[in-house]
Amino acid sequence: MFDALTPSELEALRLSVKVAAVSVIASLPVGFALAWLLARHRFPGKSMLDAVVHLPLVLPPVVIGYLLLVLFGRRGPIGQWLDETFGIVFAFRWTGAALACALMGLPLLVRAIRQSLEAIDRRLESAAATLGASRLWVLASVTVPLSLPGIITGMLLSFARSLGEFGATITFVSNIPGETQTLPLAIYTYTQVPGGDAQAMRLCIISVLLSLAALLVSEVLVRRVNVRVYGDAH
Amino acid sequence: MRIEVDVARQLGAFRLEAAFESEAVVTALFGRSGCGKTTVLNMIAGLLRPERGRIAVGDRVLYDSATGTDLPSAQRRIGYVFQDGLLLPHLSVRQNLLYGRFFTPEAGRWADVDKIVSLLDLRPLLERRPRNLSGGEKQRVAIGRALLASPRLLLMDEPLASIDAGRRGEILYYVERLRDEVGVPIVYVSHEIEEVVRLAENMVLLSDGSVAAAGPVRELMGRIELRRMIGRYEGGAVVETRVTEQDLTSGLARLAFAGGELLVADVDALVGETLRVRVRARDVSIALERPRDISILNCLRGRIVEIGAEPGASVDVRLDVAGTPIIARITRHSAHALRLATGQEVWALVKSVSLDRHSLGYA
Repeated sequence: MFDALTPSELEALRLSVKVAAVSVIASLPVGFALAWLLARHRFPGKSMLDAVVHLPLVLPPVVIGYLLLVLFGRRGPIGQWLDETFGIVFAFRWTGAALACALMGLPLLVRAIRQSLEAIDRRLESAAATLGASRLWVLASVTVPLSLPGIITGMLLSFARSLGEFGATITFVSNIPGETQTLPLAIYTYTQVPGGDAQAMRLCIISVLLSLAALLVSEVLVRRVNVRVYGDAH
Repeated sequence: MRIEVDVARQLGAFRLEAAFESEAVVTALFGRSGCGKTTVLNMIAGLLRPERGRIAVGDRVLYDSATGTDLPSAQRRIGYVFQDGLLLPHLSVRQNLLYGRFFTPEAGRWADVDKIVSLLDLRPLLERRPRNLSGGEKQRVAIGRALLASPRLLLMDEPLASIDAGRRGEILYYVERLRDEVGVPIVYVSHEIEEVVRLAENMVLLSDGSVAAAGPVRELMGRIELRRMIGRYEGGAVVETRVTEQDLTSGLARLAFAGGELLVADVDALVGETLRVRVRARDVSIALERPRDISILNCLRGRIVEIGAEPGASVDVRLDVAGTPIIARITRHSAHALRLATGQEVWALVKSVSLDRHSLGYA
């Protein structure tokens, strides 16, 4: 199947998958921690935090992209510090695309995990504690396994969101073939070139197939985990 | 092992202020729903913090507001069998059983896996998942899981509540076995006096968040003033007996106690075994003279020590039958007609068939 693709199409496809995968994996610990905070704790400013986490869902992506550019650009306060301290650069790199995607996918990730955390019978955690499990062990052996359906759903939603991410990415890291030009950006580029319609359509079909595959894989995974955890695919 | 509990906490409009001590193998926490039984258990287990007080098991202080001691649940080594089992749904029965054992330091592991598994007949269940177990099976696994963490004290919160009435005897049987064979002290919460009489030596009577009475079950069951709390219908004296004869032709067993003997039908015990019999007050009649030509087999001679003063159509009359208290519930009308008075010698009549399986505890 891959023989049918041109090297540049393949490049865009690989980059899209890489950016989406890295963004999901990198945002998972943050997403779980936020979901945990929101589901289990009461603290001043909780509704504010909740709102901020959800902002990427309602803001125009270009706003997120621009804010990232201002903060994480080479001259930006965070970007400059990261570059000088750790040598990490986001601007105009695929890592920047992943950062933008992670931020855009975060609300979906947090929502899904939070819901599954809230659905856990907390007395199961108490039971584990009376059996000698420390708080960390309870988290690892009870809370995380029981919220696995939500974690997987959240990862998929965030992954799918990343595959489709356009506005924040192009604003923050521009449209560099082989570095930041993911599928949507490549499609956009072809639509701007006279005679690029056929190319754009090919990429659109690839996009559709990729998204479908991601959805199917996650569906199977969620079903399996539900069977393991709850005994049925509810 | 000595258990000391002295806890206080305000929970909304409800005030819990309970203190008791016990050295019995099984201590029952008895009272109506909402009287604070489970709250006390949660405090012992470290799931709920008292405002002040002290909790100690043996020489180990788990909580003491005076010294600021408050061990986390995980370090208390208190087994807890919850009302609905609370097995971990994502683990198999085997994994559930071994869960607590994994966290128990090697030196503190007294529970033997094979012994507990066969004691509770868990072997056929090991590879199953909690969702495929019946209520009784879940509860057995929950008991096994708690025991395999080698606890110093086992808490049981109405373990029969989530089980069909028909299968409760089965779990009671396992609890009896574990009481007699494992030797870990148990605090057993219940609102069924039947379970308390059958299992426990000591009883703590909780009412509206405080201890109304505490002491040996036998003694408390013989106290008229507690009958309102124990339940009008179920209250009565508890007699420790020994099986002296099993007559297979008549199906009657002869149970001897200090004040005489009781003939009871269908007793599932061997000669020589001790048996706790609850003689419900409503099953006891009083006669001034020993009746003749009557179907009732148990006629016990006793002296009236107390006549209850509570209002209503019935009164409880406490008799002393050679040192053993027996309570009779009769109508106020009869008490007047017979001119009963304290100090009077009377006969207490108990129908054999009224002493059924539910009245017997295998001590």
